[in-house]
Amino acid sequence: MTVVDNGVNVQALLEAREALKGAPEAAQFTWRATSKWEKGVHSTATVQKFFGLGQEQTHKKESVFSADHPEVFAAEDNGITPIEYLLVGLASCLTAGVASVAQNRGIQVRSIESTVEGAHDIRGILGADSDVRNGFNDVKVTFNINADASKEEIEALVAQSQKRSAVYDALTNPTNVTVEVA
Amino acid sequence: MANSWRRERWDSLRLLTPNWLSRLPGLDYDGPDPDGYMTSGEVASLVSRFARVIDAPVRSQTSVLSVRPAGDGYHVATSQGDLQCRSLVIASGACNIATTPSFRTAVPASLTQLTPLDYRGPSELPEGGVLVVGASATGVQLAAEVQRSGRPVVLSVGEHVRLPRLHRDRDVLWWMDASGVWDQRWDEIDDLNRARRLPSPQLIGSPDRSTLDLNTLTGLGVELVGRLAAVRDGVALFSGGLRNVCSLADLKMKRLLAGFDSWAGLSPSKDFEPTAVPASTRLKLDLHGGEISTIVWATGFRPDYSWLDVPVVDEKGRLRHEGGVAGAPGLYALGLPMLRRRRSSFINGIEDDARAVVDHLAKELTDR
Repeated sequence: MTVVDNGVNVQALLEAREALKGAPEAAQFTWRATSKWEKGVHSTATVQKFFGLGQEQTHKKESVFSADHPEVFAAEDNGITPIEYLLVGLASCLTAGVASVAQNRGIQVRSIESTVEGAHDIRGILGADSDVRNGFNDVKVTFNINADASKEEIEALVAQSQKRSAVYDALTNPTNVTVEVA
Repeated sequence: MANSWRRERWDSLRLLTPNWLSRLPGLDYDGPDPDGYMTSGEVASLVSRFARVIDAPVRSQTSVLSVRPAGDGYHVATSQGDLQCRSLVIASGACNIATTPSFRTAVPASLTQLTPLDYRGPSELPEGGVLVVGASATGVQLAAEVQRSGRPVVLSVGEHVRLPRLHRDRDVLWWMDASGVWDQRWDEIDDLNRARRLPSPQLIGSPDRSTLDLNTLTGLGVELVGRLAAVRDGVALFSGGLRNVCSLADLKMKRLLAGFDSWAGLSPSKDFEPTAVPASTRLKLDLHGGEISTIVWATGFRPDYSWLDVPVVDEKGRLRHEGGVAGAPGLYALGLPMLRRRRSSFINGIEDDARAVVDHLAKELTDR
């Protein structure tokens, strides 16, 4: 039998799951981003530090993200729009999930590609119609997966990855958000 | 005797298992309708009849108030005086208390709120719309009954287990029994915790042996929405993830039925109808708006061990036990989900479980 290797260390994840069952306090993570206004609707966000396993943690390197709006919004387009970052987060979270679940189920994956589309009626954010919401009306993800598995097994991978996805949950369920001025 | 079957069931309730499967040791079904499903009154009679068949010294009209370790055994305080015993089998069930989400308290006071333990029938509900929260056996059954009474139902659906009533003209529980699925043991299961917490399947025991899944409910006019995630400012907020919980349930059902077919040496059955999920489901429902007058919380049950003064209950309120052997000498459990086998949840599961537990109990008494 060939060894399935999607590059996911499932053993470590399963061990972590067992260890954290008895240590819920170590499972409390805080993810952080800091943001700085540049000019107009352009800002720069950086991400490096987070908290977890009972202590401060840090990514290997700092990541910097520019957010702006496109020229059709009369902006300079120095980066993608903030709401597009949600699509980036959803796609990468579900993709990681598919690879991990496949590894756990002994399925070799060769490629995972997806397209994420968010339907957005911008009359909401423009205040043009108070019945229109600000956020997405619908989000659609289409996966194209090449793996040693039947169509049904692949559908099950995608379903299970949604079931365990942090970003999918954050988008489909309400979350308490507090915004204050320091 | 059989108090919960007499007092804690809604009027129309019938067992999920067919009569021929609802047998007790030494008491096979001998009535005229082996493929039918008992009403709760019939279950109560079955239990009373069984007590006579085995000639057990039953103390009826007796509530256990507390159990605590004492000497070489346990002290049992009851409403009819105290008892002392060396061994004790807890068979008080897994569904003593209806669990409801904490945001239940945020529901406007103008609404009527019920749990399945309070609910008797749709005619007792106020006029107006009904939000049924939960789509396991209880939720789907109550949603159908209430919708048929003329009260429009919104059904909030989280993860669930879909099953057809019949597969290839046989009761789906016949397949569970015959194929060996029900015989899967607690110590051979990957994720025992998950297996023990598995929601009851979307089934109903009706005389016409019909399937009661989400498609049936949609056909009746029930509106499906996602899992109820919160009530904020009097507004119920539902998850936008209904499609995926339906996909998961469809895929799992398909795998289970394919397993039955392959066990029977049959080629896979024709494709079943996938769950029809509306293109977009409501994410918000204003509970002040007048559309909904009642909420039925079909959000599960938990056991009540408040009377048990022995440290064998875990932080989630569940009894710690290994296949019915609890973590205190002489203390045992029967009749809990997946206690020793998948069939443990059903009346039918008691025979093998009781034999194993009583063997251990008898040996332990001799060794002590």
